[in-house]
Amino acid sequence: MINVDKHYDVIVVGGGHNGLVCATYLAKDGRKVLVLEANDAPGGASATAEFSDQFSVSSCAHWLFQLNPKVASELDLTKHGLALSAENLCTIALAEDGNHLTIDGDKLEGENISDEDRKAFVAFNQQISKFCKLLAGAFSRRAPKLVEGNFTDRITLAKLGFGMKLLGKEDMSDLMRLALINIYDVMEENFENDLLKGAISLDSLLGSHMGPRSPNTVYGYIYRRMGAIFGFQGPAVVQGGMGTVGKAMAAAAAASGVDIEVDAAVDKINIDVDHATGVTLKDGRVINAALVVSNADPKTTFNKLVGLSNIETGVARRVKTMRMKGDTAKLHIALDSLPNFTGLTEQQMGQRLVIAPTMNYIEHAFNSSKYGEYSAAPAMDISIPSIHDASLAPTGKHVMSVIVQYAPYDLTGGWTEENKGTFTELVIDRLADFASDLKDKIVASELLTPVDIEQRFHIHGGHWHHGEISLDQILMMRPFPGASQYGTAVDGLYLCGAGNHPGGGVMGLAGHNAAKEIIKRGKSA
Amino acid sequence: MMPHDETMILETPFHSRCLALCEINLWEDWKGYRSAAAYTSVEQEYFAVRSNTGVFDISPMIKYRFTGPDAGAYLNRLVTRDISKIAVDRVAYTVWCDDNGQVMDDGTIFHLAENDYRLCAYARCLDWLMWSAEGFDVTIVDETAEVAALAVQGPTSCAVFKDMGFEGIEHLKPFGITRYPFEGDEVMISRTGFTGDLGYEIWIDPTLAETFWDALFAAGKLRGIRAIGSAALDMLRTETGFLQAGIDFIPAEEAIRTGRSRSPFELGLGWLVSFDKPVFNGRKALLKEKQEGSRYAFVYLDVEGNKPAEHAFIYSGSKEVGTVTTAAWCPTAKTNVAFAQVDAQYGKVGQKLVAEIYYERELKWTRVMAKCTVIEGAVFNPPRKRQTPAPDF
Repeated sequence: MINVDKHYDVIVVGGGHNGLVCATYLAKDGRKVLVLEANDAPGGASATAEFSDQFSVSSCAHWLFQLNPKVASELDLTKHGLALSAENLCTIALAEDGNHLTIDGDKLEGENISDEDRKAFVAFNQQISKFCKLLAGAFSRRAPKLVEGNFTDRITLAKLGFGMKLLGKEDMSDLMRLALINIYDVMEENFENDLLKGAISLDSLLGSHMGPRSPNTVYGYIYRRMGAIFGFQGPAVVQGGMGTVGKAMAAAAAASGVDIEVDAAVDKINIDVDHATGVTLKDGRVINAALVVSNADPKTTFNKLVGLSNIETGVARRVKTMRMKGDTAKLHIALDSLPNFTGLTEQQMGQRLVIAPTMNYIEHAFNSSKYGEYSAAPAMDISIPSIHDASLAPTGKHVMSVIVQYAPYDLTGGWTEENKGTFTELVIDRLADFASDLKDKIVASELLTPVDIEQRFHIHGGHWHHGEISLDQILMMRPFPGASQYGTAVDGLYLCGAGNHPGGGVMGLAGHNAAKEIIKRGKSA
Repeated sequence: MMPHDETMILETPFHSRCLALCEINLWEDWKGYRSAAAYTSVEQEYFAVRSNTGVFDISPMIKYRFTGPDAGAYLNRLVTRDISKIAVDRVAYTVWCDDNGQVMDDGTIFHLAENDYRLCAYARCLDWLMWSAEGFDVTIVDETAEVAALAVQGPTSCAVFKDMGFEGIEHLKPFGITRYPFEGDEVMISRTGFTGDLGYEIWIDPTLAETFWDALFAAGKLRGIRAIGSAALDMLRTETGFLQAGIDFIPAEEAIRTGRSRSPFELGLGWLVSFDKPVFNGRKALLKEKQEGSRYAFVYLDVEGNKPAEHAFIYSGSKEVGTVTTAAWCPTAKTNVAFAQVDAQYGKVGQKLVAEIYYERELKWTRVMAKCTVIEGAVFNPPRKRQTPAPDF
């Protein structure tokens, strides 16, 4: 709650996970911090919502696989209620005939897998892991500036450069080559099995506006695999849904002295010529603070909260050209009982299931979205969390959460109820190709298009990552050149969301790094 | 509209009249328009402005129109000057910068009516203007081809206008705007110009351009009116200390090499920068520069002798400290003037410097090391430029 007698040092706009992490670190540093959250609960995209009577589901992100362990332990999230109901899950790439492929760490299980593929997969994982380790150092620090010769920045750059050198000649040239090509070509170089190639490709582009043949997908894959460096040997299911992550972080923040006000939408960040002075809430209340930290995505922050007219043209242009077009929908299904996926046991249905039978299947699905259409045969990432966590559905019943790729934000004709209905049907039909009795078991369903995600989570374009994760929008170029290192053109205004280095994925590092930077700048921040 | 690749160089609405007077057929390309460099002799044209009236066709000047509720706020963010202080029917000279505080161009803003402005610029910059419009309710139109314009400059210019029937024109103050009915339409007259003399600029619908020209030249016949080209204008503007974009500075968007662009302070235009207004492009960088100092100074030099110091290196002792951007012998002021960019520390008025001038006489090149002194500014600055009511010559 807002304490009217308290003179806040910092206002954090948005109580998403990065906002809460940032607020906690700042409070631990002795600052008086207020977090303002527009929704009725903190957590942002780490949310659990009841979408049908007694059926609840993680309404945005549905796996936990990248949470940074340093952040988790420093915030003592376990003590504050974070518990996993399942972890280190396998990924099962579904085949219509039931000859699925199971990816379990370095192991591949299923029919038609050649010894060459098995060996190549181990080698591939080792190489990706090296690249991840190289990047991990840079992830938990601010991104260096390229021009100014700041000592800290030089160390970060030197470590990256030296780390690349230490990879050895072959891996180093491979990294430089792979980073710029696409996952399709890399898969073709390495593997034969279509399901394997499809599943890895899907991981390289989930949440983005890219197909397997798009540049930047290799980086997308490396980015996703950072989770392994952070201790996740596969995705985890959070007890009570992802909302528990938000709750635990909010509890950690509160324990550090952060005040959190929910149902407090910020209308505008107040600026006096060139520095932030506080915020005005939608209800008209004005709260002053010398520092404002925005957990909102960069576009929402500058377009709506700051106003492009209050910043210089060059920055406004960069905000405008930043790429963040959501192309991913969520489908939530309430089930009377577990459906029968062809060839899967209940234990297997509790794993991460993906529908991405071939790379061309995904590419075809992507083609539609380029022209404002949803995929006729979408790729999917499926979770049935109620297998591990009975609290999400009435006894014996289940919930299914599906990430559906691709559903363009700017669908031709718009996301009308009719279009949503047709798309929902299409996705369910496709699911039923793998679980023939699915339709008989559906009690209710809810489709969240990128437009819904934008409205519900206040993310411009409904883009989970607060901006495409691609080589032109990472490190010192994230969110865009000139606004790096969490500071902005407006003095006293910082960004701490996933739109900043290193990016999104319920990792917590953007919030962590932003706080460290603000603390480092001390009084001048 | 003609396909771009089949379009010849454009002609201004006054072209038929310019063509008839252009005895020596000396044309040049001004932003895609055929424009006279000189009609007869440069000196005659120069003296027409200083002694009588000279007419320069400024129709090719890039003109943008801004309308809408945010037009004023938009321009205030775009340019360095405080536009809120420019009343309706007033004109302001200004520069605009990129985010790094580097000058993109200079030009004039005409406050035509409430929420209605015109910007006259050296370079096309619609792309930048459109990017700048994000977040503002403003409509931007390139009206370069929709407005015909003439500069009517010189001591007898006011009298010529009075003879044309523009009653009370003598009361128009410098940088003021007024309007008169003309042939069932309207002519807008501003007391502005690029010559440093008493003078006006007229703005009219292109369909009335030739009619206006004819009436103007008929009225001015006995007052020595004469069409002038860009060569004479260049002498005039040098004498009065006006900078020319593309010559005295490289517009920031056109500069390819780092360090070649300049800030307003480095062009001696710091007086155009207002920090007492809402955020504007370049503010942060300019504030920093103001506190930490500039790299360069833009200076006016009084150069010894009569050899124009064109492209000369400038020395302090044996140290090279800058270069000349514009130089001319100024006939009325009888002064040899040069504009130069020098290292900031050599920019103070009274600073003694040396210009290394090369000149050629019948294939023989000679070098002079001419002493020069940094002076305040315009060497030609007559009272008639400012007097209101304007004197009747």
